[in-house]
Amino acid sequence: MVKTLTCRPELDTEQAHGLRAGDAVEITGELMTLRDATAMRLAEILERGEPLPVTLRGRLLYAVGPSPAKPGQIVGSAGPTTTERIARFLPALFRAGARGIIGKGELHGDIVRTFADHGAVYLAAIGGLGALLAKQIVAADVLAFPDLGPEAVYRFEVAQFPAVVIIDSLGQNFHETARLAWRRSPAS
Amino acid sequence: MSGGGGGAAPSGIRIREIDVAVLRTAVARLLAEANVRIPDDILEGLRQAALREQSELGRRTLEQIVRNYEVAAAERLPVCQDSGLTVVHLEVGQDVHWVGGSVTEAIHDGIRDGTRSGFLRASVTGDPIARRNTGDNAPGVIHVDLVPGDRVKLTVASKGFGSENMSALRMLIPADGLGGVRRFVVETVDRAGANSCPPVVVGVGIGGTFEMAALLAKKAVLRPIDRRHERADISRLELELLDEVNALGIGPQGFGGIVTALAVNVEVYPTHIAGLPVAVNIGCHSNRRMSQEL
Repeated sequence: MVKTLTCRPELDTEQAHGLRAGDAVEITGELMTLRDATAMRLAEILERGEPLPVTLRGRLLYAVGPSPAKPGQIVGSAGPTTTERIARFLPALFRAGARGIIGKGELHGDIVRTFADHGAVYLAAIGGLGALLAKQIVAADVLAFPDLGPEAVYRFEVAQFPAVVIIDSLGQNFHETARLAWRRSPAS
Repeated sequence: MSGGGGGAAPSGIRIREIDVAVLRTAVARLLAEANVRIPDDILEGLRQAALREQSELGRRTLEQIVRNYEVAAAERLPVCQDSGLTVVHLEVGQDVHWVGGSVTEAIHDGIRDGTRSGFLRASVTGDPIARRNTGDNAPGVIHVDLVPGDRVKLTVASKGFGSENMSALRMLIPADGLGGVRRFVVETVDRAGANSCPPVVVGVGIGGTFEMAALLAKKAVLRPIDRRHERADISRLELELLDEVNALGIGPQGFGGIVTALAVNVEVYPTHIAGLPVAVNIGCHSNRRMSQEL
């Protein structure tokens, strides 16, 4: 069964806390995008104690750098990028109020507990699904750092955006359990 | 051996002139096209994988991936927002003479043209340390092989960095043997896990020097997945390694399952009596490549 997660614009915490690692979800509402250069800049601003150009409180982040929109498109291809590359900045972003992130790939070690500490969730969208996922984005505009091009902070309004829960607010990690469940001995 | 245009006698060899503008146009076309149309062998491999996958979430994921490629081709959308770092392989006949400008600049200009016409993302930093986006996806990475004849084979590949980042090279020693090679390949795919966007294509380069092993691995990852190595022992090794990496259980996108890799392609080259270099280049399922003869 596919669960619903809404962010208008803040993540519905009751829904988020009900999510369990391995659940399929559809997300509707507002996402805030970031990638490597974005996360580094946000973290630098926070470190200097200066105000951010965007409000992170309660927000669900999306690790993505979209391709340019073709004429008539809202946004170009927009699938997830690897979350691990910005994992080191997540504690600061969670302290600043963010409550989860959509990306792709695995997270291990201390960062898993950071999710539990903040009641935050990690969701994976399917990597390499750029053309299809763009169709779930119904509005897009740049909120900050336009000079970063594809790494600017975009506001994405999404409808039934599909993802899988990887790390839930209990700190369970679906990538670890799934791999163990399917591991076998090689034939040779 | 030769491509038809070369003369027979060494003194009478005809030199074929090719204008670099032809190369520029071809690079642009291949880059834009490769990013909307996944190769047939990969698409067929994914379709077969969706039938074979036993994990329900894994199967649904593979079906979505196939659907993404169908929609991207029909609507001419980039299959992935990461249109990658452009890797251009040129096999240049030794009887070719380029005219009209710099070959290197023509390739970089072709990348700029294809990026613009294909609505591809600017994903290249002008300097690896200062990290300012060049805004046009140039420059690319160029490899050239000199071959007999007067033909040019051009291959343009878009290498996404989710998978490139998970690639690895190790200078094994002779005593590590084939067992050491196998362990390194499986360990690299295991460590890459979901980050490399499985199901992946694993390119393995064995032998040569440090840089040769890496280049072999890159060429291996670009070989069609329905073609096994012509040497029986290497072909068998490819199938055994495929079974070993699929036994890891990572599955499509790391959601668990029996399909972690679509293929393991191995290329080999002679090496030093003291060495056994091994490189593993991982290609995501979006293994974009397209070739053309000039």
